[in-house]
Amino acid sequence: LLGGTLGASADENAKLVINGDIEMVTRTKAPDHVPFDEIRSGWTFRTEETQVLQMDDFDNPGMIFVDQAIDNWNTVEGSEGKSCASCHQDAESSMQGVRAVYPKWNETAGEVRTLAMQVNDCRENQMGAKPYKYDGGDMAAMEALISVQSRGMPVNVAIDGPVSETWEQGKEIYYTRYGQLELSCANCHEDNYDNMIRADHLSQGQINGFPTYRLKNAKLNTAHARFKGCVRDTRAETFSAGSPEFVALELYVASRGNGLSVEGPSVRN
Amino acid sequence: AIAASAAETAPDNVTHDDYGSVAESLTGTAGDAASGATIMTDRGLGNCIACHEVSALKDAPWHGEVGPTLDGAGDRWTEADLRGIVVNSKMVFDGTIMPAYYKNSGFVRAGDLYTGKAAPADLPPILTAQQVEDVVAFLMTLQD
Ligand code: HEC
Ligand code: HEC
Ligand code: HEC
Repeated sequence: LLGGTLGASADENAKLVINGDIEMVTRTKAPDHVPFDEIRSGWTFRTEETQVLQMDDFDNPGMIFVDQAIDNWNTVEGSEGKSCASCHQDAESSMQGVRAVYPKWNETAGEVRTLAMQVNDCRENQMGAKPYKYDGGDMAAMEALISVQSRGMPVNVAIDGPVSETWEQGKEIYYTRYGQLELSCANCHEDNYDNMIRADHLSQGQINGFPTYRLKNAKLNTAHARFKGCVRDTRAETFSAGSPEFVALELYVASRGNGLSVEGPSVRN
Repeated sequence: AIAASAAETAPDNVTHDDYGSVAESLTGTAGDAASGATIMTDRGLGNCIACHEVSALKDAPWHGEVGPTLDGAGDRWTEADLRGIVVNSKMVFDGTIMPAYYKNSGFVRAGDLYTGKAAPADLPPILTAQQVEDVVAFLMTLQD
């Protein structure tokens, strides 16, 4: 595999421009609710070899999954004889800007919804089809297709109003020291970003780049799958993908990236 | 699991003094510094170099920079101090990120090693009493 952790450390001021066209904000002033001066995309912490893979869609292995999801988008499934396209026409226009504001409050359901929850709600209740596995391949691919329509737009997740309670819950989880190693997300991604932990160069743990193609497992990974991995690495009992805890955590972590560009599908080691 | 010998101090019975130091050996058996070195680099055991740079362990790849270098730790600290730090560093450095290696209760959602599953009822500490002694013996060799 290319890149990984073995390559040279990247230029701190490298710019991410995709296809020579879409300019990404990978470093920007932190929102008021984040205790940093500057927030940084995970891209800025990767090696040059990994970074370049995200600069051209022909090199980005995550784009293959976007193509697969286009097929699914147009495939009729379920008891209602519908596909995503039946209601949302082409994703390019109907899904523009959607990724940037998720997770968000759904008034009808009276709940905070992640993109994955919304996709499965449409599958189950609009199409009469089986839900995708929350952090499975079909879901990751569909999220990539939806994310790509917002690439370059700033993450802009609401934290007040009806979501505030969930946001507070997510914040509490972020600062809780889990597992036998007693480590919180903040211990690694707030107190120690930019430090090496064994062979890993710690980032701020932002999710603006999700879903993420990882060279390590050669597939697209959802944010909840990453959360699971990070909690597991504290020698803790993890929460499951799609659990209320991870939904709250996703809302909170997403909001820490408000102002960074939507990057999904990104490439990481 | 290896049955604890009668002479071994159980995790709950370790006494730290006001500075967090632990004067008494946990096992009464002298630590083996060579074994301590292995424990410190093994990812499934101490994995100390995940966070610390240790020049004497440079044969093992990838030393982290989350904690201070341990070079000279045997000069800076007494054996009792080092035992206290390895057993439960939070008794020495309030709120430190460094894990407690000889502690088996009081965790939030403790897991079964790195499986992501819930811990068994009789969760062992990360290191055995003798492994702690081995690590302390190795740290004592780190003299400037
Ligand atoms: C023991 C250290 C540690 C802890 C604790 C930890 N992480 Fe991570 N995390 C890592 C490492 C190492 C990586 C891979 C390098 C990087 O991107 O930081 C990573 C990566 C990530 C990424 C991917 C970032 C990207 O741009 O691809 C996210 C998101 C993340 N972590 C979120 C979390 C959250 C949320 C928590 C708490 C539930 C958490 N982490 C706890 C070590 C940790
Ligand atoms: C029969 C109609 C129908 C079908 C089929 C359908 N959807 Fe939806 N979709 C809706 C409606 C209605 C909403 C608005 C839901 C709401 O706000 O409660 C929606 C909302 C969404 C949203 C959120 C948009 C936003 O601006 O917040 C996403 C994302 C989405 N759908 C994805 C999908 C995907 C992916 C599929 C196929 C797997 C699909 N939908 C199939 C009717 C449909
Ligand atoms: C997750 C990170 C982490 C791990 C893993 C870790 N440490 Fe530490 N350690 C620290 C930090 C950070 C400090 C500094 C104390 C503080 O202010 O928090 C420290 C301090 C120390 C000190 C005192 C340093 C000095 O010389 O002043 C010693 C000795 C030590 N650690 C030994 C170990 C040993 C032995 C292990 C493994 C069995 C280990 N550490 C594992 C983070 C870690």
